[in-house]
Amino acid sequence: MLRELRPALVLFLFLSVVTGVLYPLAITGAASVLFPRQAGGSLVLVDGKPVGSELIGQNFTSPRYFHPRPSATSGPDPVDASKSGPLPYNAAASVGSNLGPTSKSLVDRVTASVAALRAENPEALREGLAIPADLVTTSGSGLDPDISPQAARFQVSRIAAARKLPEERVHDLILRMTQAPLAGVLGEPRINVLRLNLALDAMK
Amino acid sequence: MTVQSIMPAHDGPGGKESGRNPGRSSLLRADLLVPAIRESFRKLDPRVMWHNPVMFVVEIVSTLTTILLLRDLATGAPHIGFAIQINLWLWFTVLFANFAEAVAEGRGKAQAASLRRARTDATGKRLLPTDTGKWSYAGVYEEVPAPELQPGDVVLVEAGDFMPSDGEVIDGVASIDESAITGESAPVVRESGGDRSAVTGGTRVLSDWIIVRITAAQGSTFLDRMIGLVEGAQRQKTPNEIALNILLAGLTLVFIFAIATIPSFAAYAGGQIPVLVLVALFVTLIPTTIGALLSSIGIAGMDRLIRFNVLAMSGRAVEAAGDVDTLLLDKTGTITIGNRQASDFLPVPGVTEQELADAAQLASLADETPEGRSIVVLAKERFNIRAREMAQAGMQFVPFTAQTRMSGVDIGERCIRKGAVDSVLAYLGNPADASAQAAIANADTVGRAGGTPLAVVDDDRLLGIVALKDVVKGGIRERFAELRRMGIRTVMITGDNPLTAAAIAAESGVDDFLAQATPEAKLALIRKEQAEGKLVAMCGDGTNDAPALAQADVGVAMNTGTMAAREAGNMVDLDSDPTKLIEIVGIGKQLLMTRGALTTFSIANDVAKYFAIIPAMFIGFYPQLSALNVMRLGTPQSAILSAIIFNALIIIFLIPLSLTGVRYRPVGAAALLRRNLLAFGVGGVVAPFVGIKLIDLLVNALGIA
Amino acid sequence: MTITGWTLIAAFLVATVLLTPVAGNAMTRVMGASMGAVGRFFRPLEAGLYRLAGIDAAREQSWWGYALAMLVFKLVCFLVVYSFLRLQAHLPLNPLGLGSLTPDLAYNTAISFMTNTNWQSYAGETTMSYLSQMAALTVQNFTSAAAGIAIAFAVFRGFARGSAKTIGNFWVDLTRITLYVLVPGSVVLALFLVWQGVPQTFSNSIAVTTLEGAHQTIAVGPVASQEAIKMLGTNGGGFFNTNSAHPFENPTPLTNFIEMLAIFVIGGGLTSAFGRMVGDRRQGWAVFSVMAALFVVGVAVTYWAEGHANPAFAALGVDPGLGNMEGKETRFGIAASSLFATVTTDASCGAVNAMHESFLPLGGMVPLVNMMLGEVIFGGVGSGMYGFLLFAVVSVFIAGLMVGRTPEYLGKKIEAREIKMTMLGILVPPMMILTMTAIAIVVAPGTSAMSASGPHGFTEVLYEYTSAGANNGSAFSGLTANSFWNITLGITMMIGRFFVIIPALALAGSLAAKKTVAPSVGTFPTHGGLFIGLVIGVILIVGGLTFLPALALGPIVEHLAMGAGTLY
Repeated sequence: MLRELRPALVLFLFLSVVTGVLYPLAITGAASVLFPRQAGGSLVLVDGKPVGSELIGQNFTSPRYFHPRPSATSGPDPVDASKSGPLPYNAAASVGSNLGPTSKSLVDRVTASVAALRAENPEALREGLAIPADLVTTSGSGLDPDISPQAARFQVSRIAAARKLPEERVHDLILRMTQAPLAGVLGEPRINVLRLNLALDAMK
Repeated sequence: MTVQSIMPAHDGPGGKESGRNPGRSSLLRADLLVPAIRESFRKLDPRVMWHNPVMFVVEIVSTLTTILLLRDLATGAPHIGFAIQINLWLWFTVLFANFAEAVAEGRGKAQAASLRRARTDATGKRLLPTDTGKWSYAGVYEEVPAPELQPGDVVLVEAGDFMPSDGEVIDGVASIDESAITGESAPVVRESGGDRSAVTGGTRVLSDWIIVRITAAQGSTFLDRMIGLVEGAQRQKTPNEIALNILLAGLTLVFIFAIATIPSFAAYAGGQIPVLVLVALFVTLIPTTIGALLSSIGIAGMDRLIRFNVLAMSGRAVEAAGDVDTLLLDKTGTITIGNRQASDFLPVPGVTEQELADAAQLASLADETPEGRSIVVLAKERFNIRAREMAQAGMQFVPFTAQTRMSGVDIGERCIRKGAVDSVLAYLGNPADASAQAAIANADTVGRAGGTPLAVVDDDRLLGIVALKDVVKGGIRERFAELRRMGIRTVMITGDNPLTAAAIAAESGVDDFLAQATPEAKLALIRKEQAEGKLVAMCGDGTNDAPALAQADVGVAMNTGTMAAREAGNMVDLDSDPTKLIEIVGIGKQLLMTRGALTTFSIANDVAKYFAIIPAMFIGFYPQLSALNVMRLGTPQSAILSAIIFNALIIIFLIPLSLTGVRYRPVGAAALLRRNLLAFGVGGVVAPFVGIKLIDLLVNALGIA
Repeated sequence: MTITGWTLIAAFLVATVLLTPVAGNAMTRVMGASMGAVGRFFRPLEAGLYRLAGIDAAREQSWWGYALAMLVFKLVCFLVVYSFLRLQAHLPLNPLGLGSLTPDLAYNTAISFMTNTNWQSYAGETTMSYLSQMAALTVQNFTSAAAGIAIAFAVFRGFARGSAKTIGNFWVDLTRITLYVLVPGSVVLALFLVWQGVPQTFSNSIAVTTLEGAHQTIAVGPVASQEAIKMLGTNGGGFFNTNSAHPFENPTPLTNFIEMLAIFVIGGGLTSAFGRMVGDRRQGWAVFSVMAALFVVGVAVTYWAEGHANPAFAALGVDPGLGNMEGKETRFGIAASSLFATVTTDASCGAVNAMHESFLPLGGMVPLVNMMLGEVIFGGVGSGMYGFLLFAVVSVFIAGLMVGRTPEYLGKKIEAREIKMTMLGILVPPMMILTMTAIAIVVAPGTSAMSASGPHGFTEVLYEYTSAGANNGSAFSGLTANSFWNITLGITMMIGRFFVIIPALALAGSLAAKKTVAPSVGTFPTHGGLFIGLVIGVILIVGGLTFLPALALGPIVEHLAMGAGTLY
């Protein structure tokens, strides 16, 4: 066994240097040259200031903006930092709800979300739109940047009313902002909420 | 023992027991059943059970549940009728397994018992030599108890007598009942000369008489060996059996964990599972079917060989037989019939063919050897020369002797002789004339074509050559094709020159041949095959064959062969029939197949048993799980009871299969596998669904659960 | 379920089939003598390293020597990782000032990464410093994967060689796999991931002010470099808590597709390498077919199950058309999430792009069953192949007899010793999983960590131990591990790893020593459909049946309860 110790130690050290130091440093160096924006977190700048990452969802509560999916993340209570409470889209600590399908808490939560959605979007319901599943379910990461086109359409009348825009223009925007599956196969049709809301703000 | 010169082309090893099913017929014999039942209980002794890990575990858990049952009986717990029934069937499972083994052993034991009687009762009529140093039927004999006979003694055995020991017929011909050994009641014929000369102690002469030279010393006769084999009930496990036992023990072990963790899982869900139900599930899941039948499969395999008059020195040899890739077969007696036949008359210049044929026929009239008879027949066919009565023509027959190496006839002063070419030439004083040269040239041609030349001489006149030719056995070509389909390569071994060998090889369809085979060449060939990763089987009889027999993976020694050969081989063929190698391979394969088939069946059974017991077990606290009750079994109790009854009864149902073996067909591995996987794999999944459902219907109809 | 979804699954299968021979060829060449021009450049450097380490590259080891070298190496790995984690607070590259780990968590994590399980008892972004992520964990991602592949090759040599005493040199195998397979592969994959949006930076986390004026702190880090080897080495330990569901680990449907391929490429390639090593590529394709068939069945069931909405939601008026979206990302949807879940549990990767705990009962059962089968459907890099070969040996042994020969696989007779080792490797992990679950489910320290009750709670516990025993590392993440869990899971992972590796190496040693028997038409054919069907049957019956009672009490009863509207 002692005979094997020297090879073990030398190889461990060597491989640690190669894979634990050289490899990440090389990737970091190459990435900062080749893809600096992505390497830094794909930040979205407005007037030179980052307003978020294109890839990371953020919470929108105002009726003027499209709302993202519910998020299960939590974080320090804004009032008392020693306590922890729900903090949707806390990008420092990703987490899913991890509630099972027969969980009472899950059904209670969804029931509450459904009620909230009904209250916020009475017009959509009057139009006979079904409640989009993604708007009442939390994503795996709690940081889902996207919503489905159905979820966007469901919110159109609310936003149009709040912004005093014709609904058709909002619908057009949604169509324009919808990402189709890559090559028709990869991914689901979806809309990046941050980009959609930025585009909304840009509309005159 | 029906001695067949040619094996049936499309019959597996079972074919020997033509027309009857030995497994079933033996099972139905009450004289075997009763001792087997008694034996099943005797085998409950843990020291015996211990050798069968799976069934030993069943015995342990059965004992535990019986103790629990006794406690419940004392305290008057509910559902006691159900508990009693489960207990009974648990014990039946163990007993059925013991019964299977006892039946397999019993068949041999019954034989052994009668054999031992034959051995002790028999007396021999030891003949005293006549004045000429020969023995004759009319000679004087003394009655000697069988155990006192020595090898070399000569005995007379007449109708109604038992054969006192093993030996070789040196005179006479008799029909013999060998059923005591083989279970085959049809009498067989034994005669002097040729390959039907071996007789076995303990058999009985039915008609006529034979004079036998004793060949076996007391204690080493076939009887003794067979008794030893069968009575050595603690037979050694073969390597494959050991490996299989490890697999079965492993599966048993993992199911212990699978079952032992259930109470904890159930406790989480707020339920409780009775120990009895857990035991029932456990016993049905572990591979009891193969566990119960494994040993009877092995015993039955050995037994099949014994019925074939082949004595395997170890189970390992039987397994190896199934693996054989290359079969070395002696030409004579296996590929060609032992005797040669006249095929041509080749006269020397100045002699007509008819003249030669006439002289050859005259020289052969009294020659009773097959070769001699074939010359008479050929002469008649070719030239319509009718056989003449020797007495009429005043002929005097001159028999073959080792000195002259010729035979012939004297008609008055005229001497006609036939014999080996060099002997005849020597008899003529080795002439160098044209006739002699022509005869020698013809003889060479015949020899090269695979034939044997005989020279014929009338007084001093060399007439020519009679060509004798090897005759390939009928059906042998098909037999080799069959072996090829089994994946076995056949190599013909012959002392002939390569040209002759090639001719016969081509005619018989053998894959390869070894010509001018010496014992060393044989040994080298075996080593070469083995180096290529092949398993080799061969048979042999001479002392020369001993090294090769020892080197071969399966070496079958002929019973008529020398002691050296018999000791070097790992099997002895009592019939001294080299063709039997083919059957031995079949028996080996059958043994392995049966083992695999029942293992597969046993494991595949588990699926249905789960579906019977899991819903029944959990339904108390998860009523939803009744959805898993796909068989729609009546009640939880009836489901559990039906599963355990099925599990026990399937052992009984499969005992005949374990004894007779799964039929082997030489169709190639892929086809064989497909067929067996379908029958025992898919069948193993489906059968218990049907079986358990039927038992459940019955159980509910009877209202016993 | 949509046509697009099925097309994705089909496209993935096709891509895997195409990559398999390429990867197999590359690995066989790396492990063999020839590496062409690359070899001429690198081999001298390699030789220098061996001289430094006191390794005689020409001297091969017996199975036991190989196992011993591997164990010593693993011990060094364990001790170093453990020390790093325990001392984290005092080490550099810790911009968030994260504290050191507790002994049980450090123990659990060290075992977890050393055994290629990468079960994470912690949330990456709030627990591990950049130094720990890189120098401790990423190194393990490489070496645990390399060790697995090395062992697979050692086992292949056991089959390929005849009458040999040795099965290779662990040190050489380990070095070559790391340097010539894993590092180059990871470099390419990491750069691709960065291009698609995976961060690779040493800067602090980024604070932004959102459109609505709220503050959001976004954790970043050297993610791409770890992500690449996490997939390629089937490690699965994420940089972030939510693993490949996190948009920074898996930003686009394209990265999702490539990450899944990366999980399968080495496992698939090893089937081809196996065929090449034993000199009959059909043998490799037969193994591939068994794995592919089980994979397709798994993904079909998951996709079918997850395509349904939770009936409780439908009753509230939620559109059932999108399927079960709880715990899934919009960009992946049902098809890519179901596919990922099947891939990651077939291969013992354990990365997740959706929360398995929130799958519907039958959808969540497939990943569970995949792991219960022993991670042999492509499996962990290396471990999948040697695990599979154990099943192949058992299959050949059970049914091989039915052709009337004593069982043999690839010309090697399977006898008592081989069966002993095989049964050990196949049976110990299930026994461990069942026993641990049975304990944890009834003792207070076990149940106190559970987040769910009812059958789902049981599944949660069963899933954890199964994942640990199978060295998968995915989780029903509702469970918050405490020291009881850290310790018991650590033991389970260790037994699940080494009680397969050592029997597999012993098997290789005894096979190598055997003569190779020549095949004939009478030999059990191990490259056709029959063999494929047979092995599938044996994997399901021998590997899966022991778990049926547990499955009945977990996902199956939960499924039935869900249909009846029962909540817990």
